[in-house]
Amino acid sequence: MSAENLKLKLKIWRQKGPNSAGSFSKYEVAVSPDTSFLEMLDELNDSLERKGEIPIAFESDCREGICGACGLVINGQPHGPVPLITTCQLHMRNFKNGDTIWIEPFRAKAFPVLKDLMVDRTGFEKIQQAGGFISINTGGVPDANEIAIPKDISSLAMDAAACIGCGACVAACKNASAMLFVSAKVSQYALLPQGQPERYERVQKMVKVMDEQGFGSCTNTYACEAECPKGISVTNIARMNRDYMKAKIISKNVEV
Amino acid sequence: MGWLSQSLNSSIGKKFVMAVTGISLILFLIIHLLNNLSMYLGPETYTALVKSLDGIKPLIRVIELVLALVFVFHIFNGVRLWLENKKARPGKYAVNGSVKNSTLFSRTMIQTGSIIFIFLVIHLNTMWYSFNFGEAHATHDYYYFVAEAFNSNIIYSLFYIFAMIVLGFHLNHGFQSAFQTFGWNHKKYFPLIEKIGFLYSLVMAIGFASIPVYFLFFYGGN
Ligand code: HEM
Ligand code: FES
Repeated sequence: MSAENLKLKLKIWRQKGPNSAGSFSKYEVAVSPDTSFLEMLDELNDSLERKGEIPIAFESDCREGICGACGLVINGQPHGPVPLITTCQLHMRNFKNGDTIWIEPFRAKAFPVLKDLMVDRTGFEKIQQAGGFISINTGGVPDANEIAIPKDISSLAMDAAACIGCGACVAACKNASAMLFVSAKVSQYALLPQGQPERYERVQKMVKVMDEQGFGSCTNTYACEAECPKGISVTNIARMNRDYMKAKIISKNVEV
Repeated sequence: MGWLSQSLNSSIGKKFVMAVTGISLILFLIIHLLNNLSMYLGPETYTALVKSLDGIKPLIRVIELVLALVFVFHIFNGVRLWLENKKARPGKYAVNGSVKNSTLFSRTMIQTGSIIFIFLVIHLNTMWYSFNFGEAHATHDYYYFVAEAFNSNIIYSLFYIFAMIVLGFHLNHGFQSAFQTFGWNHKKYFPLIEKIGFLYSLVMAIGFASIPVYFLFFYGGN
């Protein structure tokens, strides 16, 4: 079991607060290939604390790839080099002895750095609050499968709903566009019968707030899809473009 | 009409304008290329063809005006999007990961677009002006004018060829990108759209660039 420890050089972005200038600090660590990326940072933080230094701020919660809290840019790639996983699911065995690893926060105007590797992703919440829900009376528990939905359609909706809102799409995009996230949230309802009543109002409201938050526009580089830990497809963006333009043409509301 | 300008100035609206104008330019290029390739039919046929267009000059002027507007909207929105997108992403990453997650074509639309713009200005100033008001217009010897322009000026010809390769780069991303912008991305058809886009770009780049190549290397003068 006991594989050789990996000796790694880390260059980690340190930034005291939202308004201070940040820079990279160098650290050297020796870790087992079996540790996860975040455990490596935990160990490093332990040693920093023991030396009386301020630990590195980074976010995490579930540590099993479902909450979307973790999110670091590792060697230029959000969530690191392995496709379809989050930072917390990344293991050190994917690196080689002697490697230098650059660890940075997501960089986007709409995601200001709070401290070190932590960014403020309130922008996503504001978009969700603008329309990322359906309005129904809760009441009693409805029977399962009361409304028939074709399997392929429900699968598409589930694929879109797999988005954990981590923001890797924004981080990967050269324009810091939030289109993949927003389109996933729009699509998961647009595909299902329950989402129809508010379908065209929703897309307009969510895009409006998205634009207000200072995210960029999509240039269809598809970097978001390549880096998304949940494999959200850019066909969702196409669906949102379609719904948005259709909404602008058919909706009765002049102001949205 | 406040809703219309609000819609077209939203992030998706601006992209929609890019796609509509981009596709219009794509269609225009097909006509333009056919016209250029008719030079291979020989001086008499080409000159007769260009002359025959004199009869519909008023119509051509209207089309040119529309085309100019299309270009203006495409360029204006392209530059605006580029500036806004740069503002949305102020910091750069220490390691550039984009090589691993996107194509070169998709990342360089503003650069390729700008080179096409420079080309366009020179092109209008030489070919278009001369055909309509200048030397070629006066002598009616359109074929000879083009032949000499390329044959006597290697720098001009090489820049022309370079710009056409760059145009191919722009189109290779732009073609499929416009379909995605319209929302026409379906897994049954999209791979075909990408292939048609690649083929189209290749035909445009080679087709347009073949004219200066021909007059530089295979034209004996007259
Ligand atoms: C004949 C010439 C041209 C053709 C056929 C053409 C075609 C296209 C097409 C089809 C697109 C994709 C639209 C989309 O993503 O939905 C595009 C994008 C773009 N074009 Fe052009 N274009 C031409 C000239 C120019 C020029 C002169 C510029 C000058 C700056 C330019 C700048 C751009 C930019 C920046 C984009 C990316 C926009 C974005 O994705 O946000 N293009 N072009
Ligand atoms: S900590 Fe929850 S997804 Fe990584």
